[in-house]
Amino acid sequence: MTAATQSTTTDGADPSAVATPGPAKRARGDVLFFALRSKKFLISVSILTVLALVAIFGPIIDSTDPYAQLGFPFQPPSGDPGSLFGTDYFGNDVFAQFANGLRATFFVGFLGGGLGALIGMVVGFVGGYIGGWVDEVLAVFTNILLVIPTLAVLLVIASYLPSELRGVPFEAIFIGLTSWPWAARAIRAQTFSLRSRDFVDLAKLSGRRSWKIIAFEIAPNMSSYLFLTFILLFGGAILIGASLDFIGLGPHDGITLGLMMYNAVAWGALTLGWWWWFIPPGIGIMAAVGSLYVMNVGLDEIFNPKLREM
Amino acid sequence: MLSLNRVSKVYKVGTFGGKDLVAVRDCTFDVSPGECVSLIGESGSGKTTVGKMVLKLISISKGSITYDGADVASVKGGGDVKSYYGHVQGVFQDPFSSYNPIFKADRVFDLIRREYFPGMAAAEWRDKVEAALRSVTLDPSQVLGKYPHQLSGGQLQRLLVARALLLDLKILVADEIISMLDASTRIDVLNLLADLKSRGVGILFVTHDLSLGNYISERTVILRRGSIVEMGATDKVFGQPTHPYTRMLISSVPQLHKKWSQIEAEIGDPVVKGASCLFHDAYPTAGKNGIYAPTDPTLVKIEDDHFVGCFDLDNEKVGILAA
Repeated sequence: MTAATQSTTTDGADPSAVATPGPAKRARGDVLFFALRSKKFLISVSILTVLALVAIFGPIIDSTDPYAQLGFPFQPPSGDPGSLFGTDYFGNDVFAQFANGLRATFFVGFLGGGLGALIGMVVGFVGGYIGGWVDEVLAVFTNILLVIPTLAVLLVIASYLPSELRGVPFEAIFIGLTSWPWAARAIRAQTFSLRSRDFVDLAKLSGRRSWKIIAFEIAPNMSSYLFLTFILLFGGAILIGASLDFIGLGPHDGITLGLMMYNAVAWGALTLGWWWWFIPPGIGIMAAVGSLYVMNVGLDEIFNPKLREM
Repeated sequence: MLSLNRVSKVYKVGTFGGKDLVAVRDCTFDVSPGECVSLIGESGSGKTTVGKMVLKLISISKGSITYDGADVASVKGGGDVKSYYGHVQGVFQDPFSSYNPIFKADRVFDLIRREYFPGMAAAEWRDKVEAALRSVTLDPSQVLGKYPHQLSGGQLQRLLVARALLLDLKILVADEIISMLDASTRIDVLNLLADLKSRGVGILFVTHDLSLGNYISERTVILRRGSIVEMGATDKVFGQPTHPYTRMLISSVPQLHKKWSQIEAEIGDPVVKGASCLFHDAYPTAGKNGIYAPTDPTLVKIEDDHFVGCFDLDNEKVGILAA
């Protein structure tokens, strides 16, 4: 029946016919429908896809070592495939640095954001579901971490950590370990309200264990929120990583976009007008973080019917 | 058989848990196989709390609940809890919030299968589910594979009873299961409960509706501010209501063919001022000076299978005295 009516009403003449398909199917279809119509979502996903392709395939196609001395320093960008973005003070290939830096930056975002989301979920779910003194202890811990300035902690750690440990993975893990508190608080609050629903009691009456109730009864009810949390932490991790690199607290080996900016500023690229050295990493960071945040707003509108622009 | 022995629930409130809020005080009654006990009380009287304590959804502060002689509070660990829930089940007030909205309604059956019948063949399980559905007068083809919002409140409540029937059900805690249904579907669920009784299932019927309690139950417990004020055989509690609170409750039930003013004129003031308290006539020292010993009696027997508590409605400590 729906197929017949829909084929005759594709021009939207009868809105009631559009609303007839099974609500659950419709809910899933809705997400896709609104996702494909959301300009914010489509634009940000396109930008991120392009950046991800560069990060994944750039170093493979152009296998130049980012720290290899190619030739003359300060060559502006040319059509020459050897130095697409020109060279820097040391004669290194800026494009090779950009592609490898982008890869490391995405790695920091993925690992840092993923770790932050994971810890935030575990702390939030456990505190919100179990409650009592477990919740109190976790809340105190969360709040303490929330008010400790990340930068100050990293300054202390950077001065004691042996430099062979200060790589990109360490930076990502450090960001992950310090960025979860707000996520934990938000997830805890949601869990708190969901755990008193009757269906949770009914799952208990079915003999289900607590972790299964959390994972299969409570979490699916806030899956879109959890996804948004990850996206936000992803963007946040990239931004924190870039700022740490830029002030010289970044990794000692490897290359990131933040480190490129640090080097460019340290060697006077800004004052001497070597724009091809600092513009690419700046645009890379801005595009990645900006489109992640725009994607977050877009997804919010897609998941939340109240925010949809009809 | 399910027995409650001086069961209390005390919540710690205020800063650092300095104050006690007594939700349920010294409740003592039994639910026998094939018997329906209705637990009647106003909002906040603690009736749902009693039901949830029986279901182990909240802990017991004082006293004990025993099922077949075993202390329910000491049932711990996955396996023991599971076998307890294999016999004692609950159905809740709001049929729509009892289902996880993002899953199909028959997922409540799947959970039972996963936890209790993991090895059962699919065909055998389907037969079992369909038999349970038919025994609650539901057509399997109409309710299976649907989402909760596609079914009516009555269908959802009966699905939950069918879910309990998949297990070896002995005690059912029915917490206001009829109050959210409209009049025409009520009778289906009520008849279903009567059918369960005839199969030997004991039912703890939690309600605020006196006429429903009168209709379905053999025994009635009237709860006020967490304490039992009157209990006994349903015909005795409704036939000769003795406690002023019970009399007030019964007089406030609307009647189909009478206007309110007419009823008021017939009955007059249900609470007789200055009437002597039967409880304190029998136990003059109980709760003396507001201090209540844990061994003091809570109710006085006024006739066979009919008990009342202290009559004093105005006393702020009435809960303590009657408890």
